[in-house]
Amino acid sequence: MFDAAVIRKDFPMLSRPADGKGLVYLDSTATSLKPAAVLQAMDEYYTTYGANVFRGIYSISERATAAYEGARGDVARFIHARDTREVVFTRNTDESISLIYYAWALPALGRGDGVVTTMLEHHANFVPWLELRRVKGIDLMFWEPDETGLLPIDALETLVSKKTKLVALTAASNVLGTLPPIGEIVKRVKRINPGCIVLVDAAQAAPHMPLDVSAWGADIVAFSAHKMLGPTGIGVLWGRHEFLEGLPPFTFGGDMIKEVHRDRAVYQDVPHRFEAGTPYIAGAIGLGAAVRYLEHLGMEDVRRHEMDITAYALKKLQAVDGVTVYGPRDPKDRGGVVAFRLEGIHPHDVAQVLDDDRICVRVGFHCAQPLHECLHIGPTVRASFYIYTTEADIDALIQGLLRVQETFR
Amino acid sequence: MDIYRDAILDHYKHPRNFGALPSPTHTAEEYNATCGDRMRIEVLVQDGKTEPIVADIRFSGEGCAISQASASMLTERVLRRPVSEVLRLSPQYVFDMLGASLTPSRVKCALLPLEVLQKAVLKEKTLETAERSGVA
Repeated sequence: MFDAAVIRKDFPMLSRPADGKGLVYLDSTATSLKPAAVLQAMDEYYTTYGANVFRGIYSISERATAAYEGARGDVARFIHARDTREVVFTRNTDESISLIYYAWALPALGRGDGVVTTMLEHHANFVPWLELRRVKGIDLMFWEPDETGLLPIDALETLVSKKTKLVALTAASNVLGTLPPIGEIVKRVKRINPGCIVLVDAAQAAPHMPLDVSAWGADIVAFSAHKMLGPTGIGVLWGRHEFLEGLPPFTFGGDMIKEVHRDRAVYQDVPHRFEAGTPYIAGAIGLGAAVRYLEHLGMEDVRRHEMDITAYALKKLQAVDGVTVYGPRDPKDRGGVVAFRLEGIHPHDVAQVLDDDRICVRVGFHCAQPLHECLHIGPTVRASFYIYTTEADIDALIQGLLRVQETFR
Repeated sequence: MDIYRDAILDHYKHPRNFGALPSPTHTAEEYNATCGDRMRIEVLVQDGKTEPIVADIRFSGEGCAISQASASMLTERVLRRPVSEVLRLSPQYVFDMLGASLTPSRVKCALLPLEVLQKAVLKEKTLETAERSGVA
């Protein structure tokens, strides 16, 4: 088991006390910090073999191609994909889901078709389906969590039918931390309707726990590099090979084409069919390095550390007068994120005062406004944790909250 | 902690002109979806010596200390001032009034009350003008 206090040394942003006060970074759900290994891998590409991929018949271009495709292999191994071709590089989770919207849902679905999503979703996995209802008239149904944020599994029997073409859901809520049991859900959905596509937003799951897309049995899984120690600007769309192979391109241009004539074009096979133009090569290389860093720690241990730190945070937060914590009560049922409110004090004011101590938390609706409306709560403060979060960070947060209360008393 | 200077905290904890008017002539409401702030301003406009003035004003809603203090201070300042003057107030006027160094993400909070106030008097004024010209 790794030691978070030791790991912190790998993160330049944590090892640089700017004004004497160290950074208390509690916003890893928004984006994670990056270890030096990731930055070095990207830097090495730009400084020693920064050529384009696929076209050069010279060694540094071949090395760039090998590194880019090697990163795809790293990702495939990390998520237990059966086939490396099932890994498509996109810009981020949102683009991965939007790709499915444009390449599949928009042309394929229409009036009479059902789509099920949940009230736990980030807007990235909610807005596309609202839009699909608006333009194509699909029936959109919402799976509602109970008051602790858990999705009652038996509700699937009434939500999913032979008419349901898509179930789109998160593997980890970015607000409540809820961890829907994806494997079990997919099984239930496919039992009712084997043809129904299941799309999983794994943006908050991939960084924090072992992920096995093959065991899940889902059709599409989306996540972003920047939440799992990688750079911003690159994400992953994993799709079952047979499913992806049936989709048309989403963007056009270089690298996604086999041959082009005056009268026709022949598209590349997947995954390159979906990667038009020069990709974010350094980004993929950085993601590969991030994946290897996480594998070195061991994802089981990553999950264990976050469960421990979340349990500690829940205990400490609940001991503060006026704090209301949302989401599942048992740390086993939730990821490393805690949304809460401080009675009588607006979240923006909480965050502003915490910032004086360089404590970074997120406030607002966290791109999940329907969830806040569903829970009948206003904006929340959100503290989220990762491999480098220590109990000292939580203690600093608690001290900060007491100072917030002092300020507005 | 310049941003929460005493004057701001005082207005936040003891807001002036908070509530509703029995019969306002002008009202407006805004919702800021990014922070979930809601602000409503009610104004009683009456004829002054030379032109219409803000004879009474109330604000209500929920929001952060900056938006609430900004509303409290603003309503205090525009009371009994001409409507034409209210319409000319600039964002800079609000920043000076608050006297705090706002971070970029808080500028919106600070300006929400002015936005709502100007919307209230502007909207109803236009309506009135339309009605008058309709009669004429």
